[in-house]
Amino acid sequence: MSGIAVAGDERLARVGLFRRLLVKPELGSLIGAVVIFVLFASLSDVFRSKEGVANWLDPASTLGIMAVAVALLMIGGHFDLSAGVQVATAGITSGILTTYYGMNTWLALAVSLALVLGVGFLNGYLVMRTGLPSFIITLGMFLMLQGLNLGVTKLVTNTVQVNNFDKVSGYGALHAVLASTFTIAGTPFQIAILWWILVTIAGSYLLLKTRFGNWIFAVGGDRSASTNVGVPVRRTTITLFMLTSLAAWFIGNTQIVRLTSIQAQTGIGQELIYIVAAVIGGCLLTGGYGSAIGASLGALIFGMTSQGIVYAGWDADWFKFFLGAMLLLAVLANQFVRRYAETSRR
Amino acid sequence: MAEDPQTAPLLEIRDVSKMFGSVISLHEISTTVRAGQVTCVLGDNGAGKSTLIKILSGVHQPDHGRLFMDGRPIRLGSPRAALDAGIATVYQDLAMVPLMAVWRNFFLGSEPTKGWGPWRRFDGDEARRVTREEMLDMGIDIRDPEQPVGTLSGGERQSVAIARAVHFGARLLILDEPTSALGVKQAGVVLKYIVQARDRGLGVIFITHNPHHAYPVGDRFLLLKRGRSLGDFAKSEISVAELTRLMAGGAELEQLTHELERVGVEGES
Repeated sequence: MSGIAVAGDERLARVGLFRRLLVKPELGSLIGAVVIFVLFASLSDVFRSKEGVANWLDPASTLGIMAVAVALLMIGGHFDLSAGVQVATAGITSGILTTYYGMNTWLALAVSLALVLGVGFLNGYLVMRTGLPSFIITLGMFLMLQGLNLGVTKLVTNTVQVNNFDKVSGYGALHAVLASTFTIAGTPFQIAILWWILVTIAGSYLLLKTRFGNWIFAVGGDRSASTNVGVPVRRTTITLFMLTSLAAWFIGNTQIVRLTSIQAQTGIGQELIYIVAAVIGGCLLTGGYGSAIGASLGALIFGMTSQGIVYAGWDADWFKFFLGAMLLLAVLANQFVRRYAETSRR
Repeated sequence: MAEDPQTAPLLEIRDVSKMFGSVISLHEISTTVRAGQVTCVLGDNGAGKSTLIKILSGVHQPDHGRLFMDGRPIRLGSPRAALDAGIATVYQDLAMVPLMAVWRNFFLGSEPTKGWGPWRRFDGDEARRVTREEMLDMGIDIRDPEQPVGTLSGGERQSVAIARAVHFGARLLILDEPTSALGVKQAGVVLKYIVQARDRGLGVIFITHNPHHAYPVGDRFLLLKRGRSLGDFAKSEISVAELTRLMAGGAELEQLTHELERVGVEGES
C-alpha cells in the first residue's frame, strides 16, 4: 500500500504542475489576452506604441474595476443585472445634488454612496429573503433604476443629462484622484489604470487570503453545506452585492468627473459586459469558482479588442462578433478545464 | 480500552420521547455512549434515527426524557450548543463544498487567522499543515491538500469530515449513515476510521441500517423500530445473527418466509 503510494507520489508530482496550471481559473483568459495582443500588435504599429497601449488600457481599466466586483459576486453564486445602471445612478445623484441643489460636493458623494449601497443591500436582502434567483431580482432593480435615472434627470434638468460638474467646489481634487493622468516615458496614462490594478490586487487578496474570501467560494459552491458549518451565508451574500454597488459608485463618479457630465442612459447594457469579462476570466455561471485576476484579464481582452479593431482598420461592427466568439471559447474552455480537473484524479 | 465501569458514560440518553403533532416519532428511548466506545443505532427507514440525531445535535428538543453528559444533565438548545458541548455530527451530505480545496473545506467557517486589524488574514499555511497532519493521524496521506474535495473518493471525503470534527474538539461523534452510499471496499475504509476515532478516545454514535457494518465495530446496539426501542444491547448480549433477525423484523420475517414458501409450493403444484 505504502509502496504504491510512493510510486503514485512521483507520478503525481510530475502531472501536478501541469494540472495545477490548468485548474487555475485565469489561465484561459491569460492565453486569450496574449493571443489577442499578438494578433493586433502584428496588424498595427499604433496598437503596440505607447500611445496605443495607453489608449486600450483606458477602457479596460474602468471595465476591469467593475468586472472584479462582479466576479466576486458571481463566485458567490449571484448576478447583478443592475450593476450597469447603478453606475449612472451614482453619477447622476452626485451631479444633481451639487449642480442643481448646491449641496457640498463631499456630502453629495457620501449621499450617492449611501444610495447605491442601499440598492446593493436591497438586492442582496431580497435575494436572501425570498430565495428567488438573483437574476430576476436584479432584473427588476435594473428596470426600476433605468426608469428612475431617466425620470428624475428629466424632472430636474429638463434634459437627459446632468452637466457642469466641473463648476462644483472641490472639482480639482476630485479630478486629481479620479480623472488625472500620469506620465510614463512621455506618454500620459489615465489614473483609472492605477485604480484598476489596485482593485485587482485587493480583490485577489480578499478572495484568496481572507476568511471572507473562503466564505465567498463556499456560499457560491454549496449554500447548504456553508450554512451547516457556520458560514454567515446571508451576510456574505449581501456584502458581495454591496461591494458591486461600491464599484459602481466609484466608476459612476469617475465618469462624471472625467466628462463633467453624465447621460441618464449611461450603463444600460454594461451589466452584461461585466459578466462577459468575468466569465472570460474563468468564473463559472453556477458560482463557486473563478478569480479576480481573470476578470481583469477579461476586461483587458475587451479593451484590446475594442481599440485593436479600430487600429487594424477593420469595421468596428466586427467588435461584438469578436467579443461573442471570445465568450463562447472561454465558456467551452472553462467547462473542459473544470471537468478535467474534477475527474482525472478519481 | 480499559474503561472504569464506575465512571459516568460520556452521554446517557434516558427515556427520550419526541412527538411531531400527533405522530410519535420517538418513544422512551434510552442508551449510553462511553468514551472510547461505539454505540450503533440500527433501524429501518422511519424508525426514528433522524429524529434521534437531531435531538442529539441540538436541532430538536425532546418532549420528555433527559440527556446526561458526564453524568450531569445537559440541554442542547441549538446546534451551536451541541458543538460547544463537544457533540459533532457528520451528516450524510458531509457539509463540504466539492469545488474547494481540501484544506479550505477543512477549516470552512472556523478559519485560523494571523495578523492584526486590517491585516488579519486566513492563515493558509497553518490550515494546510494542520489538514495534512490530522489526515495523517487518521491514516490517510493526503498528498495534495490543494485538490478539490470533489476529486476525493466517497470514503476519503467521509474521513475528511470525521478528521475535521475531531480537530474541532469533538468528544462525541455522530455519524449519520456514513456507509450507506458506499461500495463494499469504501465502506470498509470508513469502518476503519470509526475504529480509529474510537481508539483516540472519542465516543461514537454510528447510525446505520446495516447490521453487518455495525456489528464488527459496535460496543452497544440500540435497535429502533417505528419510534420505539426493540432493545439496547451490549455486544456480549447479542450475536450478529440475532441482530440481523431483529433488524429484519424477527417474527414478521419468519411469517413472511412461511408465506413465501407456501406461495412457492402452490406455484410448483
